[in-house]
Amino acid sequence: MMDFFSVFGFDANTEWVLTGSLLLGFASGTIGSFVLLKKQSLISDAMAHATLPGVCLVYILFQVKSIPLFLIGAALTGLLATQAIQLIINRSRIKTDAAIGITISVFFGFGIVLLTYIQQHFGGSKAGLDTFIFGQAASLVKSDVQVITIGSLILTLIAALFFKEFKTVVFDPSFAKGIGLPVRLLDGLLFSLVLLVVVIGIQMVGVVLIAALLITPPLAARYWTEQLGVMAFLGGSFGAVSGISGAVLSTTIDHLPTGPMMVLSASSIFFLSFLFGSKKGMFTRMVKQL
Amino acid sequence: MSYTLWIILTGCLVGITCGMSGVLLLLKKMSMIADAISHTVLLGIVGAFFVSQSLNGLPMLIGAAVVGLATAFFVESLHRSGIQSDAAIGVVFTSFFALGVVLISFIGDQVHLDTKHALMGEIAFVPWDTLQINGESYGPVAVWMLGIVLILNLTLIAAFYKEMKISTFDPQYAKLIGVPVVLVHYLLMGMVSLSTVASFDSVGAILVVAMLIVPGATAYLLTDRFLTLLLLSGIVGIFSAIIGYGAAVYWNVSIAGAMASATGLLFMVAFLFSPKHGWLMKKVKQRRLAAGS
Repeated sequence: MMDFFSVFGFDANTEWVLTGSLLLGFASGTIGSFVLLKKQSLISDAMAHATLPGVCLVYILFQVKSIPLFLIGAALTGLLATQAIQLIINRSRIKTDAAIGITISVFFGFGIVLLTYIQQHFGGSKAGLDTFIFGQAASLVKSDVQVITIGSLILTLIAALFFKEFKTVVFDPSFAKGIGLPVRLLDGLLFSLVLLVVVIGIQMVGVVLIAALLITPPLAARYWTEQLGVMAFLGGSFGAVSGISGAVLSTTIDHLPTGPMMVLSASSIFFLSFLFGSKKGMFTRMVKQL
Repeated sequence: MSYTLWIILTGCLVGITCGMSGVLLLLKKMSMIADAISHTVLLGIVGAFFVSQSLNGLPMLIGAAVVGLATAFFVESLHRSGIQSDAAIGVVFTSFFALGVVLISFIGDQVHLDTKHALMGEIAFVPWDTLQINGESYGPVAVWMLGIVLILNLTLIAAFYKEMKISTFDPQYAKLIGVPVVLVHYLLMGMVSLSTVASFDSVGAILVVAMLIVPGATAYLLTDRFLTLLLLSGIVGIFSAIIGYGAAVYWNVSIAGAMASATGLLFMVAFLFSPKHGWLMKKVKQRRLAAGS
C-alpha cells in the first residue's frame, strides 16, 4: 500500500493520511448502508454536530490536546444527542424531524460557545480545535492518522463479521427475535459502529460534514444494486474513492478544506450514479421505457 | 441608538422573522428542510459574489433565494424519484454546502467572506455596516433587510392567513375545498429562504437553523391555537436573542452560539414545565389522578 502511494511522490506523512482517508471512507460507506436502511441518516448528522461540545468540554476540563480524550468526549455528547432526540420524540408532541433539528442546532451552537470560550481563556489557536469543524487532513500527525486507520479497519471488520445478523435485524426485527438473535444487543452494536465512525472521522472530515460520508456513498450504491451485501461493499468503495480523492485534492491544492472536498467527490459519484446507475439510474430507466 | 441596542435589535428581528416562518414549517413536518436551506444559502451567497464580484445586498438576496428554492426543489424531486426523504435532504444540503465552503476557500482573503463567518456570522459587526444615502447614515443594513423581510412575511401571512392555516393542518381538506396548496407551499418556501438570507449574513448558519426550528417547537409545546402559536414563536425568538446576548457578553463568547443555546434552554423549560404538554406536568397530573382514584 505504502509503495503504491510513493509512486506519486507523496511523503511518508501524506501516505499515512491517504491510507487513513481510504479506510475511513470505506468504513463509513459500509456502515452507512445500514444507517440508510434504518432511515437514520439525519440522526447521524445530529450525532456528528453534537460531538463538537464534547471535544471542547474535554479540552476545558483537562486543558491538554489529547486525541483519545477528545474522542471519548465526542462519543459522550454524540450519544447524549441521540438520547435527547429519543426523549423529545417519546415524551412530547414534537415529531422526529423537528427533534433532530432542535438537537443539531442547540448542541452545535453550544459547541461554538465553548469554542469561543476556549479561544478567550486558553488561547485556543494552540489547541487547534477549529479544525474539528471542517476537518483538515494536512494538520494531522502520524498518531492521529493511526487512530483513524486502525479504528476504521476494526469497524469494517466488525461490520463484516456481523453482516448477516445486522441484515436480519435491520430488515426484519421480529423475525430476528424469532430465531433467537439478541436484537437489542445487535442494535446497540450497530449504533456503536455508527457513533465510532463519526467520532474517529471528525478530525479529518469535520463535524459539519462527516454525516455526508455515511449518507451519500450508500445512496449512490442503491442505483447499482438491490442486494444489501453488494450495496455495502459498493458503498464502501465509493466512500473510499471519495475519501482518498478528497484527501489528495486538499493536500495538493493549498487552502482547500478536506471534509468538503471529500463530500464533493461523494456527491459527484452520487450524481453519476443517479444518471447512469444500472438499476435505478435515470437514463437506464429511460432506455428501458423505449 | 447605541451599539448594544443595534445588536439586540438585530437578534430580536432574526428571532421574530425566523421564528414565525419556522413554525409554519414545523406544522408541515418540514423542519429539516429549514436546516437544509439555511446551509445551502451559503452557496447562493458565494455564487452571487462570483457573478457580481461584490458583497452587495441585492445580488446576495437573489442568489440565496434561488439556491434556497433549488434546495427545496431538488429534495422533492429526489424524494419523488424514490429516495427516502431524510436521505434526500442529507444528500442535497451536504453537497451544496460543501460546494459553498470549497468555493469560499478560492476567494481568499481579499473579501470579508470565510467559512467561520458562514457558520457564526458577524453579529458584533452589524452596527458598523450602516445604510448610507447621500453621506447620511440610516442605521445598520442588516436591520433594514430583516425589517423589510419581516414586514413582507407579515403581509403574506395576513393575506393568506386562512389558506396557510388550513393547508398546514389538513392539506387534503385544503386541496378539496380549492386552496392553491402548491402555491402556498412555495410561498412558504420563499418566506423561509428570504428570512434565512436576511439573517444569514449577520448571524450565520447555526443561529438561523436554531431560530427557524427551536422557538416554533417551544411554542408548539405551549399552545394549540394557530394565531397564538405564530405570536408565541416570535416572542420566544425575541427572548432567546436577549438571553443569549446577555450570556454572550457575560462570558465573552460567540453571540450567535449563545443565542442558539438560549433557544435550547427555553425549549427545555417548555419541554418540562409546559402546563399542557410538559413532561413533568403530565407526570404530576398522572400522579394526582392515581392518588384521586
